[in-house]
Amino acid sequence: MALLEVKDLNVGFCTPEGEVHAVNKLDFSLKAGDALAIVGESGSGKTQTVMALMGLLADNGRVNGQALFKGEDLLKMSTTELNKHRGREIAMIFQDPLTSLNPYLRIGKQMIEVVRHHQGLSKAEARAQAVEMLRAVRIPDPERRLNQYPHEFSGGMRQRVMVAMGLLCEPDLLIADEPTTALDVTVQVQISHLMGELRKKSNTAIILITHDLGVVAGLCERVLVMYAGEAVECGSAEQIFYDPRHPYTQGLLDSVPRLDRPDDKELHAIPGNPPNLLSLPEGCKFRDRCPKAHDACKHEPPMQVTEDRHAYRCFLGESA
Amino acid sequence: MTKSTDNSVIDPFEAALSVQDVKGRSPWEDAWHRLLKNRAAVYSAFIMAFMLMLVVFGPMLISWESDFTDWDHTSSPPSVESGHWFGTDAVGRDILVRTLEGGRISLLVGLVATIVSLLIGVSYGAVAGYFGGAADRMMMRVVDIIYALPFMFFVILLMVVFGRHILFIFVAIGAVNWLDMARIVRGQTLSLRNTEFIEAARACGVGDWAIIRRHIIPNLLGLVIVYATLTIPQVILLESFLSFLGLGVQEPMSSWGGLVADGAQDMESAPWTLIVPAVFLTVTLYCFNYIGDGLRDAFDPKDRL
Repeated sequence: MALLEVKDLNVGFCTPEGEVHAVNKLDFSLKAGDALAIVGESGSGKTQTVMALMGLLADNGRVNGQALFKGEDLLKMSTTELNKHRGREIAMIFQDPLTSLNPYLRIGKQMIEVVRHHQGLSKAEARAQAVEMLRAVRIPDPERRLNQYPHEFSGGMRQRVMVAMGLLCEPDLLIADEPTTALDVTVQVQISHLMGELRKKSNTAIILITHDLGVVAGLCERVLVMYAGEAVECGSAEQIFYDPRHPYTQGLLDSVPRLDRPDDKELHAIPGNPPNLLSLPEGCKFRDRCPKAHDACKHEPPMQVTEDRHAYRCFLGESA
Repeated sequence: MTKSTDNSVIDPFEAALSVQDVKGRSPWEDAWHRLLKNRAAVYSAFIMAFMLMLVVFGPMLISWESDFTDWDHTSSPPSVESGHWFGTDAVGRDILVRTLEGGRISLLVGLVATIVSLLIGVSYGAVAGYFGGAADRMMMRVVDIIYALPFMFFVILLMVVFGRHILFIFVAIGAVNWLDMARIVRGQTLSLRNTEFIEAARACGVGDWAIIRRHIIPNLLGLVIVYATLTIPQVILLESFLSFLGLGVQEPMSSWGGLVADGAQDMESAPWTLIVPAVFLTVTLYCFNYIGDGLRDAFDPKDRL
């Protein structure tokens, strides 16, 4: 059975200008120990997808569809029910390490709070566990560090503390929302190695949200490409990197430098801007920016699935 | 140059480095250290401490009773021989002891009303701001309605219905002062609520009340302390104003405002009856304002070193 199964997920926001369709008809699923990357431009609905799963949407947010976690629908749970899963079974790492820790509480207190809350451990046990986890994320001298405040840590260390907090309760699912975006490259590598290691150790499934394709290649087997709130392509990392089918994915890959390609090619930006989420166009959402658009694209393109589970939403290469 | 001389230069540094055990320093301690560097605030704090001692213990040390009428010295100017160091008023009561005892009332009103407004205002504002939406709108409309009531009318009504009692001064001032606090706290909570560490706490499955208690309130505390120190002088002034109008503390008890009012009547014949309580009142107000300013600078995160 899948650990997490998202079916027909829609997320919208009521604004004075009308409804913003942030996520539309999204389906994906995840088995225990899987690592899925969600990539896409800013505003493609990556973050709102996981916020909906965590029950953290803004007040004007509206969600429908299904998100079955171990067979229970996360979207239909009350806050109290959700709190039984959040932190213990599903953990989340946020984007900005500088603001994700309470500046007035010692690191130790914030970490211990999580463990005690969920596992009912004594203070000493919880502390021991926190020390161990800090050591696991390579924070030197963890016993002493526990007594310090967030502003006494560097950005990279704070992000490592966040990772440690996320993994404290050995969750079944770890959601990492651009965990490395705010960090420099060396720390990025450390963090992504760390998540890979811990995943092997405790069989944690990971959803990684990022727009950094390099991080994806290192950590995830499966990649979901989102555009304007829709899944446009989904497949294994090799399929996405070496055999992208959707013109948007191809455009994304053309816009980043790669070591495995001859250097004669220039980097190309995708022309234009993503569509206005207030009034999405009919048919293919990528039509206006697509170099391969044709008349048929005015209709909703089908989700094509190849034999080896490579899915993409486009008319191109249709076998018909 | 030999190797040993090199080491003798370096060793003390190494020793210093190895001994140095960095201990976590909370934002509170940082603020405290910044506050200690602020001269005006530190001096004000000392003066206030001295004033507090004077007001609490002073009347016990002075041989005059506050309601004792010295018929031999009515309206007598300050003099050491008569024993009335700061003079007496028109009915021969010692000004110093009356001012000190009046100070008890003034400071008590200031502290109690501020604490009351703090407790109500912070919890009310934090709840309204954190839950937001309909609850917030309803709670803040209640604040607006109470705010719209004319304060003097409210006080006079209280006095007329329940009679004049010092308790009602606390009630009246407390009822008005928590409104500002609630508004400030609510505004700050609204912006805190969307910070990532609150979201992270929610993602960890921490309940709403625990978040308010553990995360929202500690982050509000700096602001609240600053505002509270600025509220104390405001409340003292308000009480003085009420007493000046004759709505406050009743004879033979008195407060600084009442004494200033009495003194103002004899201003031309016996200026000391005005000057002495006015000086006490002004010094106190200045001190609280300087302490408040110092705290505000100390807690201002932009100033963090």
